[in-house]
Amino acid sequence: MATLSPSRRRSFYEGMRDTLPLIIGAIPFGIIFGTLSGGAGLSAAGALGMSLFVFAGSAQFVALGMLANSAAWPLIALTTLVVNFRHLLYTATLLPYLQRLPRRWQAALAFGLTDETFAVAVRRWQAPGTRPDDHWYQLGSMLFMYVNWNLCTIVGLVAGRLLAGIADWGLDFAMLAAFIGMLIPYLKDRPNYAAMLAAGASAIVFQGLPHKLGLLAASLIGVGAGLLAERWVSTTDDTPSPEA
Amino acid sequence: METFYLVGAMALVTFLIRYLLLPLSGRVELSDGLRRALRYVPPAVLTAIVVPFALFPDGQHLQFSLANPYLVGAGATFAIGWLSRHLLLTIVGGMACFWAWRAALAMGWI
Repeated sequence: MATLSPSRRRSFYEGMRDTLPLIIGAIPFGIIFGTLSGGAGLSAAGALGMSLFVFAGSAQFVALGMLANSAAWPLIALTTLVVNFRHLLYTATLLPYLQRLPRRWQAALAFGLTDETFAVAVRRWQAPGTRPDDHWYQLGSMLFMYVNWNLCTIVGLVAGRLLAGIADWGLDFAMLAAFIGMLIPYLKDRPNYAAMLAAGASAIVFQGLPHKLGLLAASLIGVGAGLLAERWVSTTDDTPSPEA
Repeated sequence: METFYLVGAMALVTFLIRYLLLPLSGRVELSDGLRRALRYVPPAVLTAIVVPFALFPDGQHLQFSLANPYLVGAGATFAIGWLSRHLLLTIVGGMACFWAWRAALAMGWI
């Protein structure tokens, strides 16, 4: 890689800057992952390996829960497929923007396509105007998340052994707060509200389904509700804007 | 060895989900309907994660109660986000409300 042009560097830093609020939410969550891993029966190397190579907070958490119940690894991998399936939809959403990038850029950005980086990057890609360096923006966001996630995992591994009660501090709430924060841009029109209401209600109904299948079912129902509501209101003044 | 398989399988599955559509693109054209549907993916998915997290903190029992700090904290976070539309304020304020409520519960004030 040649020296970075000012425009690329700026995009990279802007990606980091816009991800900062979500980093603050990810810090306690990463720490609690590292902290709880030992109790679930995962070695320190295993926990760090997950953060380094899987890099998917919610799936890592679900894996801990299943390990604590001594689930077999193929079953945990299957559940990972279900829990992370939403990321396929993220890639589909970014497809028009990512498909013109070289293969190694695609692979790098795909590896780091977490909920947080998607939430930040999709708004940048879809913003009006042409900027040739938006992939550097997404790279800045994902590298910031990645380094932070792994550092927090290490902090959690250490803290879990030093501080006895840390598992009961409720640090996992930070993930909840960050995910609610990511919903803010979508609190804007009736189709989006319909999608949220339907997904939320279905998630409660399907909570008991095995392998977290409820997440998948509720997501699909939410998307369907958004589409239905869009058709329903399309004759009124409440037409949704083209950007998500 | 078990851990090696677990991490390897999770890593492979996760990467393939995030990557697989990219080399196929160009060959497969997204239909207009699918494109519109994808716009509702983030709000639907995020809500489907958030709601059970707040209502079933232990993953099993519905706790629709003021004694559930996850539910109260999530409500407060949502309210701050709705009113302020500010991401950082929402996350930090939401966490502050959650821990304040937990502390109040622990003290027996509520």
